[in-house]
Amino acid sequence: MIGVDFVYALAGLMFAGLAVLSARDGSNPRRWGNAAFWALFATSFLVGSFIGDLANGCLITAMVLIAGFGGLGRGEPVTTTLQEREASSARLGNRLFIPALTIPVVTLFGALVLAKVQIGGHPLIDPKQTTPISLGLGVIAALVVAFALLKPRLVEPLHEARRMMESVSWAALLPQTLAALGVVFVLAGVGTVIGGLATHWLPLDTRFAAVCAFTLGMALFTMIMGNAFAAFPVMATAIGLPLIVGKFGGDAAVMGAIGMLSGFCGTLMTPMAANFNLIPVALLELKDRNAVIKAQAPTAILLLIANTALMYFLAFHR
Amino acid sequence: MLTLLGIMVLVAGFAIRLNPLLVVAAAALVTGLAAGMSPVAVTAAFGKAFNQNRYVSVVWLVLPVIGLSERYGLQVRARTLIGRLQSATAGRILMVYFVVRQLTAAVGLISLGGHPQMVRPLIAPMAEAAGEKRHGPLPEKVRQRIRAYAAATDNIAVFFGEDIFIAFGSILLIKSTLSSNGLEASPLQLSAWAIPTAGLAFAIHMVRMLLFDRRLSREMTVAETTPAERP
Repeated sequence: MIGVDFVYALAGLMFAGLAVLSARDGSNPRRWGNAAFWALFATSFLVGSFIGDLANGCLITAMVLIAGFGGLGRGEPVTTTLQEREASSARLGNRLFIPALTIPVVTLFGALVLAKVQIGGHPLIDPKQTTPISLGLGVIAALVVAFALLKPRLVEPLHEARRMMESVSWAALLPQTLAALGVVFVLAGVGTVIGGLATHWLPLDTRFAAVCAFTLGMALFTMIMGNAFAAFPVMATAIGLPLIVGKFGGDAAVMGAIGMLSGFCGTLMTPMAANFNLIPVALLELKDRNAVIKAQAPTAILLLIANTALMYFLAFHR
Repeated sequence: MLTLLGIMVLVAGFAIRLNPLLVVAAAALVTGLAAGMSPVAVTAAFGKAFNQNRYVSVVWLVLPVIGLSERYGLQVRARTLIGRLQSATAGRILMVYFVVRQLTAAVGLISLGGHPQMVRPLIAPMAEAAGEKRHGPLPEKVRQRIRAYAAATDNIAVFFGEDIFIAFGSILLIKSTLSSNGLEASPLQLSAWAIPTAGLAFAIHMVRMLLFDRRLSREMTVAETTPAERP
């Protein structure tokens, strides 16, 4: 069975490679900071499952301290000039799209087909982790295709990965760190406290008030937690189920579906949803950290109002 | 109530623009301490959660492939292709991408997009190229706005598409939350009730993209007729 550890090993090797390249990069004034940061990330991927919780905690703490106190820098990218790119783009034509498109195609094949393959009664791919495993297979396939097509030197993909990783920098760690924060929130019972506050302080004695409190609460709580999945069970248990479904007799399916989508409106408006709202800022080299959130906010607010209206009119259809 | 201290740290830290990684780690520490855990216990809990969520960072594996393709001119090629389309505008490119992304997500093909895989190497350069073709060289501010809209298009389309797919995580979460409270709803029902919002998201985004194109035309005509600003 192909497990997720195989993909983690792959990621570990890539980050180890980045650490070596960073250490040897004389153009970067903070090269040892970069090298240490990527080496720690590599360690997490390679041996994270064996070193115990406290060691993992110290590892992430060290990474946060390096990044948080300006330990990361940027070197000169080792890449081609615009003229060279124009020339090779003219030479290669649309074949250039093939490696990049191989990733999603193979990922889909993995998730749809390989995930169902059984060999001697055992699944080929760990059924709990099909997405990251399929992505790993997609990347391997794309690399093979890219080497056949572009004939780069062996180290070129790593140099290019370093160039892109240095523009993303510490933000690369943020989604995973936020996910870990979410777990700590759950351990500490943050959701229950917020749910209790909402029901205690808000006047929820009409249908309309209950619907508003639920949809807006979903959006707000999602903005705090960074994803709607963490907010939904809390808000549904605090407001959706007892009031909208219980007291006012609303349809549970409508409450659930539209409640979750109200949470998604919150996701569009929070820096806590780093992989959607902050990572693209780094990848697209935008100067304003909130540029993506600003572009999304009008849609998010309109949709939140629409969701509130939809739930009010659709949930009580009987 | 003390439990919410961590959220205060989070909001305050983001507001005064400290490094977000530092803010998040501090929020975790404060939350854990406020809940009565020892510093060592919080560190271990945070480390355990970090380790269990490594799959979140697996997406960075695409960078060697994307970077290599960029090195050989992928973005240049994407621009050239769009340059040949007479009717292309930045808004229209993003409208087409929105439709494709939302429909594919609705049938469960969520990995057909994403910021490192699609938006940076293909969609953003295409939208920029379309804007340039129509209006000539664009000022940096306008380029930045087009790129931000490209990222926003991917997010909005996938959020309000994937929830229609019956096997998507959020549908299963809703179902399990309801059933643990003794209520039954079929995934099909839940996904059907996601369709009105998906339709509205589509309509709102299309209108915003039309307005975006118009604003671009207006700004660029004004820019042409007024002399360049001097510092």
